[in-house]
Amino acid sequence: MGMPTVVPQQRFERETYLNKEYGIWSWLLTTDHKRIALLYLISITFFFFIGGFFALLIRLELLTPAGDLVQADTYNKLFTQHGMVMVFFFLIPSIPATLGNFLVPMMVGAKDLAFPRINLLSWYLYIIGGIIMLHCMLTGGVDTGWTFYVPFSSNFTNTKFVEAGIAIFIAGFSSILTGLNFVVTIHRMRAPGMTWSRLPLFIWAHYATSIIQLLGTPVVAITIVLVACERALHLGIFDPKLGGDPVLFQHLFWFYSHPAVYIMILPAMGVVTEIIPCFSRKRIFGYQFVALSSIAIAVFGFLVWAHHMFVAGISVYSALVFSFLSYAVALPSAIKVFNWTATLYKGSIRYDAPMLYAFGFLGLFTIGGLSGLFLAALGINVHVTDTYFVVAHFHYIMVGGAVMGYLGGMHFWWPKISGKLYPEGWARLAALIVFIGFNLTFFPQFVLGYLGMPRRYYDYSHMPEFQVLNVLSTAGATVLGVGYLLPMVYFLWSMRYGKPASDNPWNAAGLEWKTASPPPTFNFDEEPVVTWEAYNYDELDAPPQAQEVTVA
Amino acid sequence: MPESTLMGEHRQEQLHPELLHHFADPEQQRNSASLGMWVFLGTEIMFFGGMFCAYLIYRHWYFGDFGAASKSIDATLGATNTAVLICSSLTVVLAVWAAQTARRALLISMLVVTMLFGLAFLGIKGKEYYDKFEEHHVPGASFSFNNVPIPSHPGEYANPRHAQIFFSLYFMMTGIHALHMIIGLGIFSCLLYMACKGHFTPEYHTPVEIGGLYWHFVDIIWIYLFPLLYLIDRHP
Amino acid sequence: MLNDFPLWPQQASTLAHRVDALYIFLLIITGMMALLVCTLVIYFAARFRKRAGVRAEQIEGSNALEITWSVIPFCIFMVIFAWGAVVYFSQRTPPADATEVYVVAKQWMWKVEHAEGQREINELHVPVGRDVKLIMTSQDVIHSFYIPAFRVKQDVLPGRYTVEWFRATKPGTYHLFCAEYCGTQHSGMVGNIVVLEPAQYEAWINAGPNGPLSDSGEKVFAELGCSTCHRSDVQGRGPNLQGVFGNPVELEDGRTVTADENYLRESILDPGAKRVKGFKPIMPTFQGLLTEEQVNELVAYIKSISSKPAGVKTTASAASQTQAQRNGSQVQ
Repeated sequence: MGMPTVVPQQRFERETYLNKEYGIWSWLLTTDHKRIALLYLISITFFFFIGGFFALLIRLELLTPAGDLVQADTYNKLFTQHGMVMVFFFLIPSIPATLGNFLVPMMVGAKDLAFPRINLLSWYLYIIGGIIMLHCMLTGGVDTGWTFYVPFSSNFTNTKFVEAGIAIFIAGFSSILTGLNFVVTIHRMRAPGMTWSRLPLFIWAHYATSIIQLLGTPVVAITIVLVACERALHLGIFDPKLGGDPVLFQHLFWFYSHPAVYIMILPAMGVVTEIIPCFSRKRIFGYQFVALSSIAIAVFGFLVWAHHMFVAGISVYSALVFSFLSYAVALPSAIKVFNWTATLYKGSIRYDAPMLYAFGFLGLFTIGGLSGLFLAALGINVHVTDTYFVVAHFHYIMVGGAVMGYLGGMHFWWPKISGKLYPEGWARLAALIVFIGFNLTFFPQFVLGYLGMPRRYYDYSHMPEFQVLNVLSTAGATVLGVGYLLPMVYFLWSMRYGKPASDNPWNAAGLEWKTASPPPTFNFDEEPVVTWEAYNYDELDAPPQAQEVTVA
Repeated sequence: MPESTLMGEHRQEQLHPELLHHFADPEQQRNSASLGMWVFLGTEIMFFGGMFCAYLIYRHWYFGDFGAASKSIDATLGATNTAVLICSSLTVVLAVWAAQTARRALLISMLVVTMLFGLAFLGIKGKEYYDKFEEHHVPGASFSFNNVPIPSHPGEYANPRHAQIFFSLYFMMTGIHALHMIIGLGIFSCLLYMACKGHFTPEYHTPVEIGGLYWHFVDIIWIYLFPLLYLIDRHP
Repeated sequence: MLNDFPLWPQQASTLAHRVDALYIFLLIITGMMALLVCTLVIYFAARFRKRAGVRAEQIEGSNALEITWSVIPFCIFMVIFAWGAVVYFSQRTPPADATEVYVVAKQWMWKVEHAEGQREINELHVPVGRDVKLIMTSQDVIHSFYIPAFRVKQDVLPGRYTVEWFRATKPGTYHLFCAEYCGTQHSGMVGNIVVLEPAQYEAWINAGPNGPLSDSGEKVFAELGCSTCHRSDVQGRGPNLQGVFGNPVELEDGRTVTADENYLRESILDPGAKRVKGFKPIMPTFQGLLTEEQVNELVAYIKSISSKPAGVKTTASAASQTQAQRNGSQVQ
C-alpha cells in the first residue's frame, strides 16, 4: 500500500453534506458542523494570509538596519495587527474550529455537535469580530502590540484600541461557544460503547483545549472591557495616576494569554497523535499518559502566567514559584514527545505527507519546548525576555508546532473533508519547504535574542551588527511564504481535479473513517456502536489469512 | 439509509416533537442543555472573577478610602434591590415548578412577576446611578470626592484618587451585572412567549429550567456585590 | 569580522559570566535532549520503514519507561530551576553600598541623574569595578532598562520605583535598549552605557555643573516648606526624617514597613497611604506638583540625612526615635 488506494467506482448519486443542498443560504444558514467547519476554514485562511502579509512587511523592513520601508507608526501597527490577527483570528480558531468542528462529532459517533445553532452563532460572532478588526485596520489601525499593556493602550496611544478590543472581545465569545459545544458533545453525545478510554486522543486534546477556552477567555474579555472603559469612559482601574496598578493588568492579561498558547498547541498535539499511529500502523504508546498529559497541560497551564513578568516588577518570591510551576508544565509536553517517539518503535512506517508534517512538528515543537526551558530559568529570562529569543521561542511553538500540526491534519483529513486526494508529490515538497523555510526564519532569531536585540524594534541602525542574522531571517520568511501558499493552491486544485478518495484512504482507525468520504449530512448512515479500542491497527492490518509467522 | 432506522426516527419525532434531530432521546437533549448552561455559568464566574480579583487587591491596598467611598452609596437602595432579587429567585423556582406540573397560568404569571422584579431592580439601580451622577461620583473629569472622612479613622480623609478606583470598580461591576439582568429579561421574554404559545409540557420544559439557572446565577453575583460594594465599613 | 557579525554578546559585568555559564549548561543539556529525540525519530523512521510482509508490532506502553522519562527530565529541570533562581536572586538583590543613579524614563528618552549631580540623557557613565544601583521610574508608560552586555533588564513603571544593579568589569561603550514596547519611537529609545576607568570616572563625575543631587533635594525641601513640619532638631508636626531611610517604620494602622525608596516616594505623593504612627493626617499630597526629577531629589536628600549616622547606631536610634515620636504626639 504505497499510495492511498483509489476507488474508481462512480459515486455521483450518493448524497453527501457537500451536495445535499446548493446555494449560498444553504451554507450561511447551515447548522451542519461540517459545513460550519468549512466556513471557518475559508475565513481563517483569509485571516492567515492577511497576518502573513503583515509578517512579510515586518521582515522586509528589518532587512536593513535603518527604518526605510515604512514609517515607525506603520511598523508598530504592522506587528500589532500581525499579532492580533494571527493569535485571535487564526491560531485560536485554527484547528478547533475547522478540524475540531468537522471531526469531534464524527470521532465520538454523533450526528452533530450538541448545539448546532450555537455553533453557527459562533462562526457569525467570529465573522463580526473579524469585520470589525478589518474595519479597524483599514481606517487607521492599532499600535498597542497584541499584548496592549496599560497605561500605553489606555491613556497614551492615539490609535483605535477600543475598536480592536471590541473585535477581540467578540471573537473571544466565538471561541468560548466552540469550547462549550465541544465539552457538552464529548460528555453527552458519545456513541454507545465509546467510553472515555476508547476516545481518540484528538478528542482528549480538544477536551483539554475547551476547558482552557471556557475558563481563560472570559478573563481576557473582562480585561479588554476594563481597558476599553478606561480609555473611552475615563474609568481608572489600572491608571497609575490614581494609584492603579499596571502590573495587575499584566496578571489578568497573561492569566488568559499564557493558557491561550495551549489552546493553539494542544489541538496540534491531538492531530499528531492521530497521524503517528496511523502511519506507523501501531497503537499509540502509553495511551493514558498521552491523554492525561493533555489534561495536565490544561490545568498547569493556568498556574504559570506570571513567567511572562519576571522583570515586570513582581516580587522575587512569586517569580520563584512561577518559575518552578513552569517546569512542572514542561513535563507533560516532554512526556508526549517521548510517547510519540516510542510509538514509532517497531512500527511499519510510511512517509506520506501528513507523516512528514508530523515529523516536522516533532522537530520544531521539541526545539520550541526546549527553548522554553531557557525562558523559565529565572537568571536567563532576565536577559532574553522581550528580545528576539522570545519571538523565536513562541514562533517555534505557535507556528512550528501549531501550524505544522494544522497542515498535517489538513492533509490527513482532506480526503474525508473534500472526498478528493491531494497531489502527494507536491504535498511532500511543501512539507519540506515549510520545514526548511521555518528554521531559516526563526533559528537566527534565537541568536539575535541572546545577542540582545529587543523585539518590536523598527529601526536598528544603532546596532548594525545585527543585520546579517536579520537578512537570513527575512530570506527564510520568503521561503516559508512559498511553503504556505503551495498547499492552498493544490488543495483548491484537488477539489476540482483531484482523484476521488475512498472512504478510508489511509486505512486509518477512528469512527470518522468508517463513514463515506465526504460524509453524509448526519455523518453515519447507521448509528455506530463501538466495540473496539482506539488505534486498533493490529485488527485493521490483520490479513484475511493468518500470517503469524511474520509476527512471531 | 436503512428502512428500519428511518421508521424508528419518525416514531421518535412523533412522540417527542421538541426532540432535535441529532439527539438520540429527550433525556440526552435535556442533559446536554443543562450541562451546557452549567458550563456557561462557569465561564461567567471567570468573567466576573477578573473584577473581583481587582477589587480584592485594591480593597486591601486602599482600605480606608474604599470604606469611605462605599459609605457614600445609598445602602437602603442596595438592600431593597437585594430583597427584590431574592424574591425574584423565589418566583423563578415557582415558575420552574409550574412548568414541571403543567400549571400554565401559574407559569405565565410567575414569569411576568419575575420580569417585573427584574425591571424594578433596574429602576432602583438607575436611581442609584442618578444620585452618583448628581454627587459627581462618576469617574472622569468632573469627579469630586473631597473631604470625605474615613469612617474607621476619625480625622482622616479619603484620597479622591483611590475613591475614583472604587467608583470605577463599582460602575463596572454593577454595570456589567445590570447588563446581565437586561439579557435575563430578554431570555424571560422569550420564555414568556413560548409559555403563552403552550410550548412547555411536564416532559419538555428545559428552556424554563436553564433560563432559571441563568437568573439564579445573576442573583448570586448580586449577593456578592452587595456586601462588597455597599456594606464595607458601615458601623451602627 | 566578528565585530560586524557577532554570535555571542559581549560580557562586561560580573553577572554576565554567571548568566552565560547557565546558558551554556542549558545549551548542552537541551542540545543533548534534542539530539536524542531527533536521532531516535530518524533512526526509527528509517529502521522501521514499511517493508513488504512485515507488520508493525503492537506495544501497549510501559509504566517503567513512562516513569523513567518523567523523573529524569524532572530532576534535570530542578537543577536548571535552582541554578536559574540563584542567578536571579543576585540579579535582583543590589549590594547595600552601591553607587546610586536615578533614572527617569519618558517617551522616548532616558534621563539619568547621578547622586553626585551629573545629569545625562540616553547615556550612562559608570566606573569599572564598582556596584551601581539604578533607581528607576517612568513619567508615562512602561519602559524597560536593558543592557545586554551586562545581562540585566528591569521594567520601569510609572508611579513607583524599580531597581536594577550591576558591576561593570570592562571599560567600553555598550548598548542600552528600551525593551518594553512604549510607542512610536520605541526603537529610538536607545543609548550608550559608557564604562570608565575609576580615575576617568572621577574626573567625569566631578566635571558637572551641578552640586550633588541631595543638595538640590535640600533646596526643594526648603522651597516647598517641608522643613516647617519635618524639623531636623526636634519632633515637629511631621516625623523627623533623620535616620528614617532603611529602617522599619511603625504605621498608624499597626503595620510596620521598611522605609525604602518606594516608601519615601509614596509618602511624598500620597501621605495618607502609610502614615507614621502618632502623627495626624495633615500633610498635603504633592502628586501633580512635583516632577519625577524633583521627587528623586527629595528622596536623595532624605536618604542623605539618614545615612550620616554610622551603620550600627541607626537601628537603635530609629527605635528610640519612634518611641520619641509616640511620646511627642501624646504631648500634643
